[in-house]
Amino acid sequence: MGPINWHTFFFYLYALVACGFAVAVVISTSIVRMALYLIVALGATAGLFFLAGADFVGAMQLMIYVGGTLVLLIFGVMLTAQGPLVSLRTTGGDWIVAMLLAGCLAALLIPAGLTVSSWHTGHPVTTAEKDAQDVQTVLVSTTIAHGVPTAGGLPDADSNGIPDKQPITAAPLGMGLLGARVDKLGDVPEALRPGMSGYLLPFEVISVHLLVVLVGAAYLARSKRRAPNR
Amino acid sequence: MAEALANYLWPWLAYLSVGLLQCVLLLLVPFVGAMFFVWVERKVSARIQDRLGPTRCGGKFGWLQLLADGLKLITKEDLRPGDADAVLFRIAPYISFCASFAALLALPFSNGWVAQNLDVGVFFILAVLGLEVFGVILAGYASASKWSLFGAMREAAQVVSYEVPLGMCVVVPVLITGSMNLVTIGQMQAGFFTQWLVFHDPFTFITFWVYFTCATASVNRAPFDLAEAESELVAGFHTEYSGFRWLAFFMAEYGSMFAVSGLAAILFFGGWNGPIPITSMLGLTPENGPVLAWIGNLLGLFNFIFKCVLGVTFMVWVRWTLPRLRIDQVMQVCLKYCTPIAAVMFLGATCWTYLLPGGVGLRAMPYAQRYVTSAPADAAAELDRIATTRVARGGE
Repeated sequence: MGPINWHTFFFYLYALVACGFAVAVVISTSIVRMALYLIVALGATAGLFFLAGADFVGAMQLMIYVGGTLVLLIFGVMLTAQGPLVSLRTTGGDWIVAMLLAGCLAALLIPAGLTVSSWHTGHPVTTAEKDAQDVQTVLVSTTIAHGVPTAGGLPDADSNGIPDKQPITAAPLGMGLLGARVDKLGDVPEALRPGMSGYLLPFEVISVHLLVVLVGAAYLARSKRRAPNR
Repeated sequence: MAEALANYLWPWLAYLSVGLLQCVLLLLVPFVGAMFFVWVERKVSARIQDRLGPTRCGGKFGWLQLLADGLKLITKEDLRPGDADAVLFRIAPYISFCASFAALLALPFSNGWVAQNLDVGVFFILAVLGLEVFGVILAGYASASKWSLFGAMREAAQVVSYEVPLGMCVVVPVLITGSMNLVTIGQMQAGFFTQWLVFHDPFTFITFWVYFTCATASVNRAPFDLAEAESELVAGFHTEYSGFRWLAFFMAEYGSMFAVSGLAAILFFGGWNGPIPITSMLGLTPENGPVLAWIGNLLGLFNFIFKCVLGVTFMVWVRWTLPRLRIDQVMQVCLKYCTPIAAVMFLGATCWTYLLPGGVGLRAMPYAQRYVTSAPADAAAELDRIATTRVARGGE
């Protein structure tokens, strides 16, 4: 048998699962089953992220999107355990509006996806090339202690189709949020480097925003006490 | 490993067989683990209640009881209520099982012995363990039974609440080591047991207890097992299940108990590092060749599994000692006690690490330095300067 490129195989597998269950979400009439199909579709997307070497984004996908669907599922269960909402039928008009919207989105996304200039170098990266990249990107430097895998950048399947070791993605992201763009240290001219604060400001803005939302939710959800009658 | 095997086999086969081997080894944990822990649970609970527990099956200590239990469950009839949602009812146990199994993928069993060495291992395990609740909710809904539905709704409320303090507790060791990679976190605790993060400072010590409370609640064990409260809900979400599907729920429960105990062992108790660094004293390290390193890793594996079993036994002990809480008490423990304590411990650990002089908490510094070593020299020098001034300030 010829060589199987496992990366490609798993990409098609996950992509198929994601698309198939996305269609199932639309077709199904039971809310709880829809939620389950949505979970599978989102989980397959997380698998695609892991396949692309974006561990952190994949885990985020599992935590936020798949975990967030939990609430949807609970509402589905609470609404449809008994009662008239067990089966939801989509009317013809709804189908047309939904098709129109989805078609517009697809028309935007498909050209965008197909016109990305180059996803990767297209050929297996040799060790020498990798070393050269490393000096610039600083994602990979030393191997600490007992062989912690430290491959960097995109995971390139070698000529046999065996994927490389897992890349490190979380630490540079975290350092970037804390204000140190470790991936860009070599690029910026000397004079600008002190002002290169990474994503610290957006990070702080989002943090404060989330705090406000949290306090607001707590305020809205607290039990209202009536003023004592005099 | 796949690369090494590719010299002897077709590459695609090598890759496939290595993947399958890892999966089979990991599947042993919920399978054998569940059998062993059920036996432990029966013996420990019996002793706590001044009974003997299983004694006859297999001669001494009833050790064959676990096999008898397993056989009984496999041969039971697979029942399904008439009103049940057939598809969801069938797959719900396997969703729980898959979630608990997937958590083991990122759990290192010894130095570098991990199926997937994820850079975000801690985060991945938390995310995946949170998915176990899907199986419970679907089971509760699909059973078409009020007991099951009540159990599932309780479980949902409980798990969503307890994820908050659990996440906060896990952040503390991550903060101190500067890494979310479980292998790195374990390696940073090498040495004597004083290096274990639970003894790093008073805050981490308390954090461990909060973590263990929340972990017990998140894997749905007594005193937080409201989802299957026998006295009120028959058997909660698995009322309508029997045979192998019921067994799948139980293997999921014991698998995730093992996973959270393993996470506790790595985050707080040094993972595969014993209390005394015997392996490095005997020279069983990678510097002395792969064979000695392998023996050292094997000892580490025993260490790790011992710690996990200890954690699970502790959960069993707690289950048979404390009475079950009410649902409002469960929420109170989470929101009024665990969350604030975890938040204060997080602040305290931050202050301890970064404000105390003497470089007490500088364990994360080498990790940060890795990222700037091949950067322009002044950036590395800057980090060096920060480290040395902090150490110098402590010396004054």
